[in-house]
Amino acid sequence: MTNNKKIYDKGMVIIGLCIFVVVITFPFWFNFGNAAPAPEPKIADKAKAAKECVRPKAFMKVEHMQILNEWRDTVVRDAKRIYVNSSGKEFNMSLTNTCLDCHTEKAEFCDKCHDYASVSPYCWECHIDPKETK
Amino acid sequence: MNISYMYSLIAVIVLFLLAYVGAMLPGGEVFFGIIIPYLALIIFILGFINRIIDWARSPVPFRIPTTCGQEKSLPWIKPNSIDNPTTTGGVIIRMFLEVVFFRSLFRNTKMALKEGDKLSYEWEKWLWLFSLAFHWTFFVVLFRHLRFFTEPVPALVEVVAKLDGFLQIGLPELRISGVVLLGALIFLFLRRIYIPQMRFISLASDYFPLFLIIGIAFTGILMRYFTKVDIVGVKEFTMSLATFKPHITQGIGSIFYVHLFFVSVLLAYFPFSKLMHLGGIFMSPTRNMVNNNRFKRHINPWNYPVEVHTYEQYEDEFREKMVGVGLPVVKPLAAKTPEEAKEPEEKE
Repeated sequence: MTNNKKIYDKGMVIIGLCIFVVVITFPFWFNFGNAAPAPEPKIADKAKAAKECVRPKAFMKVEHMQILNEWRDTVVRDAKRIYVNSSGKEFNMSLTNTCLDCHTEKAEFCDKCHDYASVSPYCWECHIDPKETK
Repeated sequence: MNISYMYSLIAVIVLFLLAYVGAMLPGGEVFFGIIIPYLALIIFILGFINRIIDWARSPVPFRIPTTCGQEKSLPWIKPNSIDNPTTTGGVIIRMFLEVVFFRSLFRNTKMALKEGDKLSYEWEKWLWLFSLAFHWTFFVVLFRHLRFFTEPVPALVEVVAKLDGFLQIGLPELRISGVVLLGALIFLFLRRIYIPQMRFISLASDYFPLFLIIGIAFTGILMRYFTKVDIVGVKEFTMSLATFKPHITQGIGSIFYVHLFFVSVLLAYFPFSKLMHLGGIFMSPTRNMVNNNRFKRHINPWNYPVEVHTYEQYEDEFREKMVGVGLPVVKPLAAKTPEEAKEPEEKE
């Protein structure tokens, strides 16, 4: 029926298509008028003074979770606590005592990006931020 | 070598290289990151609507549901109200189970000759299992990606992501859906390759979406676990798309643009391909119709008015002549008295 212009069950078809369009365009109307700029994690003064992290910044940005995971396994399973980076510098493998020592404010540093990217690392199920009061 | 899957594979490899190299060229990021995705989304939405409207224009005059159970009949015969629905409610339940659990695929059997020439119908649930795994994990992966397109991220997305990574293997946590998705896709591909009958009926249009989605899953897994991307930068970029203020974040890397390009190609290809079963399932008359032939009359919508000459009209026209030659008539001549009317059962 090529020349037939009638739409059968028009009501149902239109309702279905409306649902489709509403669902597909969800991100557009959900964020309407919402700028949502990317967060700027605050680098604490001590971290600024240290200049470089355990590894270069670009590496830390995308690989920090892997390093922490390796640290945890090495400390817990092999009882080795010393990490030597590529430039020969030694670090104590500890989230609370090494990472948080420089990056003093978890809420201003870790959480900023984690919240933005909807990441909820389970680090904090065991470790505590010494300065954070719940 | 089979030409159908070779062409599809080559097409996907070409698309990969196109985006991988293209995104490195000046202006490539704008082209592959902004222009192509928006264009693809417009094609997807308009093409989808167009296809559905096109289908809705086809009349389905007869009730043709596949009946998989006892129809409603005598009160003491138990009807199967889901597999042979006679009410709209039954159809809704049937459609729901079909869309969500692929009920009709669950009935899949394999026909084979056993012990020489003995015909047997075997239990065959693997296709059902893996296509269910594929569709559900693809949905979960898609749903999880809302974290890149919403700010604040809805709680449900976070819950799903948490459940998806509850094995807590490695960091970033292994997402079960990604692994199952890729595994199911590979099964669905191997099924087409290893079963001779399947290979015979498989076309390039069957392999292409498979390879494309494998490509999407592969690049996604690559970025999450292996090559790594700046996730905050990615979200900054995707949010700029979602808020219609598109701008490129520098240094995301070509693999991301390949991923995005694959998704764009999938969206643009969608309305013109077999993937339209997303909308088509809701419009399949063998599923969405109420089986009420026996108590409701359905008139063919393209019936033209037929000029009929009924027996009554015929008799009116020739009654006198019929009576004259002694033929029996239903209605006697008006002049005759009613009690002399001939018996109606005499008419032929």
